[in-house]
Amino acid sequence: MKFSEQWLREWVSPSLSTQALADQITMAGLEVDAVADVAAEFSGVVVAEVISREAHPDADKLSLCRVDDGSGEPVQVVCGAPNVAAGQKVAFARVGAVLPGDFTIKKAKLRGAESRGMICSASELGLEEETSPGILELPASAPVGEDFRGWMGLDDRTIEVDLTPNRGDCLSVKGMAREVGALNRLTVRPPELVEQPATHEVVFPVAVSAPEACPRYVGRVVRGIDVSAETPLWMVERLRRSGVRPINAVVDITNYVMLELGQPMHAFDLANLAQAIDVRHARDGETLVLLDGQEVTLRADTLLIADAEKPLAIAGVMGGEHSGVSDATRDVFLESAFFAPLAVAGQARTYGLHTDASHRFERGVDPDLTLPAIERATALLLAIAGGEAGPISETVSPDHLPAARRVTLRAARVQQCLDMAIPDADMVDILERLGMRVVDADADAGVWQVEVPSWRFDVAIEEDLIEELARIYGYNRLPVRRPAARLALSADDEARRPLAQLRRQFVARGYQEAISYSFVAPDLQALLAPDAVAPRLANPISSDMSVMRASLFPGLVKALMHNLNRQQNRVRLFETGLVFRGELDALEQTAMVGALVCGSRDPEGWTAGRDTVDFFDLKGDLESILAMSGQGGQWRFEAQPHPALHPGQSARVLRDGVPVGWIGALHPAVRSELGLKVDAFVFEVEQEALVAGQLPRFVPLSRYPEVRRDLALVVAEDVPVQALLDTLREQAGEWLADLALFDVYQGAGVAEGYKSLALGLTWQHPSRTLNDEEINQLVDAIVAESKRRFGAELRG
Amino acid sequence: MEHLSTLVNEARQAIQAADTVASLDEVRVRYLGKKGEITALLKSLGQLPAEERPQAGERINQAKQALNGDIEARRRALEQAALEARLAAERVDVTLPGRDRVAGGLHPVTRTLERIEGLFAHIGFEVAVGPEIEDDYHNFEALNIPAHHPARGMADTFYFDATRLLRTHTSPVQVRTMETQAPPIRIVCPGRVYRSDSDLTHTPMFHQIEGLLVDEGVSFADLKGTIEDFLHAFFERDDLSVRFRPSYFPFTEPSAEVDIQCVMCSGDGCRVCSHSGWIEIMGCGMVHPEVFRHSGIDAESYTGFAFGMGAERLAMLRYGVNDLRLFFENDLRFLRQFA
Repeated sequence: MKFSEQWLREWVSPSLSTQALADQITMAGLEVDAVADVAAEFSGVVVAEVISREAHPDADKLSLCRVDDGSGEPVQVVCGAPNVAAGQKVAFARVGAVLPGDFTIKKAKLRGAESRGMICSASELGLEEETSPGILELPASAPVGEDFRGWMGLDDRTIEVDLTPNRGDCLSVKGMAREVGALNRLTVRPPELVEQPATHEVVFPVAVSAPEACPRYVGRVVRGIDVSAETPLWMVERLRRSGVRPINAVVDITNYVMLELGQPMHAFDLANLAQAIDVRHARDGETLVLLDGQEVTLRADTLLIADAEKPLAIAGVMGGEHSGVSDATRDVFLESAFFAPLAVAGQARTYGLHTDASHRFERGVDPDLTLPAIERATALLLAIAGGEAGPISETVSPDHLPAARRVTLRAARVQQCLDMAIPDADMVDILERLGMRVVDADADAGVWQVEVPSWRFDVAIEEDLIEELARIYGYNRLPVRRPAARLALSADDEARRPLAQLRRQFVARGYQEAISYSFVAPDLQALLAPDAVAPRLANPISSDMSVMRASLFPGLVKALMHNLNRQQNRVRLFETGLVFRGELDALEQTAMVGALVCGSRDPEGWTAGRDTVDFFDLKGDLESILAMSGQGGQWRFEAQPHPALHPGQSARVLRDGVPVGWIGALHPAVRSELGLKVDAFVFEVEQEALVAGQLPRFVPLSRYPEVRRDLALVVAEDVPVQALLDTLREQAGEWLADLALFDVYQGAGVAEGYKSLALGLTWQHPSRTLNDEEINQLVDAIVAESKRRFGAELRG
Repeated sequence: MEHLSTLVNEARQAIQAADTVASLDEVRVRYLGKKGEITALLKSLGQLPAEERPQAGERINQAKQALNGDIEARRRALEQAALEARLAAERVDVTLPGRDRVAGGLHPVTRTLERIEGLFAHIGFEVAVGPEIEDDYHNFEALNIPAHHPARGMADTFYFDATRLLRTHTSPVQVRTMETQAPPIRIVCPGRVYRSDSDLTHTPMFHQIEGLLVDEGVSFADLKGTIEDFLHAFFERDDLSVRFRPSYFPFTEPSAEVDIQCVMCSGDGCRVCSHSGWIEIMGCGMVHPEVFRHSGIDAESYTGFAFGMGAERLAMLRYGVNDLRLFFENDLRFLRQFA
């Protein structure tokens, strides 16, 4: 809502500077977005009359004008505007005038003719942004010699208020004035409303087939208007200052009434209406050419103004081209209606429209405003464009009008909510200035019945009234305290490790945390998680953000490519967050932890090698996190193929036998598809599996010596180490204290296709010294079983 | 015996001439060892007349002690020199960077959220989280935003179908908590939220953290106190001006926007605050009775307040980041600045 400060001050004028007024409005919950001067700085411009105009002897496009600026002798001015004519009233910059842009008017000679001053266009005075084609013509009544700035009231500012959707009642000067009156405890003075008696009997018939959507429809025929009548300058200026472009007198008047009172109106050309108005819902497939020229196909839930033959307008949104006012219009049918907010809500948007009318009707227009508005519009129309008004017709369905609302307000509740008491008299004063009526007061009990005015669609319960009191009283004057609460310890599961701790482990191992979008490009997801089914957005912002991620891989890989493209070649990233899997009806939203490494193992440095990372770097990082749970042994890595991972470097991650993630190298084919020239390794694991740990369980320390034996076992290279280790553990008996794999060797001394595994086994008994014999037996059993299962041989 | 002094002199020269601990030891053996020359003198004492023996023995022992002292002194000197040589050889350039100096860092949004969670944890708020694909009921209906309500236009929503959507705020977590938990309730709800908006100052995904306190006798004054304390703590400035402006959210009544004095220009007016000196930082209000009704909490017995803010915005103000989009590009040059 944008309006002129001067206009508002005609209704109510507190003794506040513009800035103070704007601040006050803002702090009442009507946020002022901008305050702007209505015209640029200029001085020395007066109203003048062009007495004569002759062609310039030496220039085709220039004319010589004699101008009366009220100072006595007319002055000669050279003017280049095509529309300058004798008898015109104009804005005249005298010699010495300073125009916007610090442009001083001097005596000049143009093609040999003396020019003493300048006849101004609207843009030269900063009244229009675009360059005006000709000079600004003033009405004949403009007083010659008068300072133009003062006469036009240009020392004015526009105030633009960004209203919250609950305050449709403030979308008018009237509504804003009511607020300013309440804030300053001033009486608001509306312009006088004179009812226009009917001077003919023509009534255009109206039927409302959809009374629930249009509970009140008021119409009036005004005959014999002069549509070519000029809209008075004061009205044009007010419209301009509210950001509304003047069109013609009739449309300007309806717009003016909307800005002034808040009632959107429409004027139909009576000649183009067939038989009767019907307010009804559209029939599927009906079409309408709107005022803006576009043809729309209407949907059945759209409320229409129609006549006997065709749709005329989308109710509360926009009129049709055919039935609108044109240069040929003589008689008009004025419409002032109340459309139920729910009947118009969302309609404009579905047709790609947003109009001043739809904006207001969606938020709620005062249902009691239809009659005053049509009277106001009629008075203005008769005064400006002449014509004769007919009787007002009103079609109303009282059952469908919003019901009167009465709300109970209790002083105790006010006290409880605001932590302070507002004196009764102040409470009543605030409410009444806002148009509420205190109809039943029991001051002793501190209970009031408050009747809510028809324009306040947002007030329905006691809390709404308390907010009104707090708002006008001033939020910043309300008390401040710290909440009190019982000191209660809450349960804390010690075995669970907070996500924050996991994140810090990644950080400690050199990872940067990434946060990527939860929606990804379908082709990237198809490449990295081809088997995944993930929900698709119905209205994505773009196609590369249209499907929900089913894996953290797409986001991590995208981040990798972003960095590689910026010469960041050593990348270690991790991310935590939800992934989305399954059809909507069987959707799983699973928190995952994922990571990606690429580039050199160590940051560039004088001690570092130049090796690039491999599978075991990433696996080691993952294991460092698994180890934090105190349950390292329950995790397993099983070689399994994943469509996006290298078939020889890809593993399912299992916890207690349950698959909870993947780790591996990106498949070379996937890399080449992505244009990725370097190896990259990724994992993702369900967060829940990582955070669920176990409490430490103490085992007494043995005072007896450890016994260690080292074995070198040679097995075929495709034997998984994990399986061999499992066998060793199984055969090593309950006193095995440690099992270390300290070397894996292939090469000279070991047959081709075999590998030698160096293993250190440590035993310790809690209550005695183990003897060589029993250890030898265990080693024999280990060797025998390893041989039986894997063909393992002791290395000689 | 006559050559004792000669021997001693010889031995002294040999001691001084020894340049390693090993050669010094050889000298010791040669003169003082079991078969050493001075030891031999002692052994030959028996050949002397009995009356001369004590005196001669005394002289030999003195010489032996003196030589032992010389050898010990020489050994210390040699060891000291060897240590010094080794220390000199082992000198490193301590200004060279250390090995393995790798540490990553948290994303600034995580850093900000964790900090806020921590501040509220101090006064008994717990962290609650919820699904990001939500249903219409929890994201809108239960928050007093019925279908066609103009407030639905306040947040452009990503939909999957007629009823399922990406949550536009973390408020559904508040609803889900109130559905399952009886007052008193003190929670903060951090997380990703989504709005179909993308330009210089909007990303289609961002992070919010909301708070909710429900108990008996909670007032607007409690809300003001909590928010003021929080903002002073977050920005570590006790003199930071905070103001409350009436506003509108369907799920709170009364509702307020909270402005802080611009932290970039201290309220003098700059580009960040559009020259107003104030920055809009969060929304808040008293929980709307309708929201309580949906969650089965008696609005006559309990009152509560809720607040919500954008993590990226707070991070931008706190760390001086001037481009929102950087938060989701995951550029290492950006991320490393928050280690």
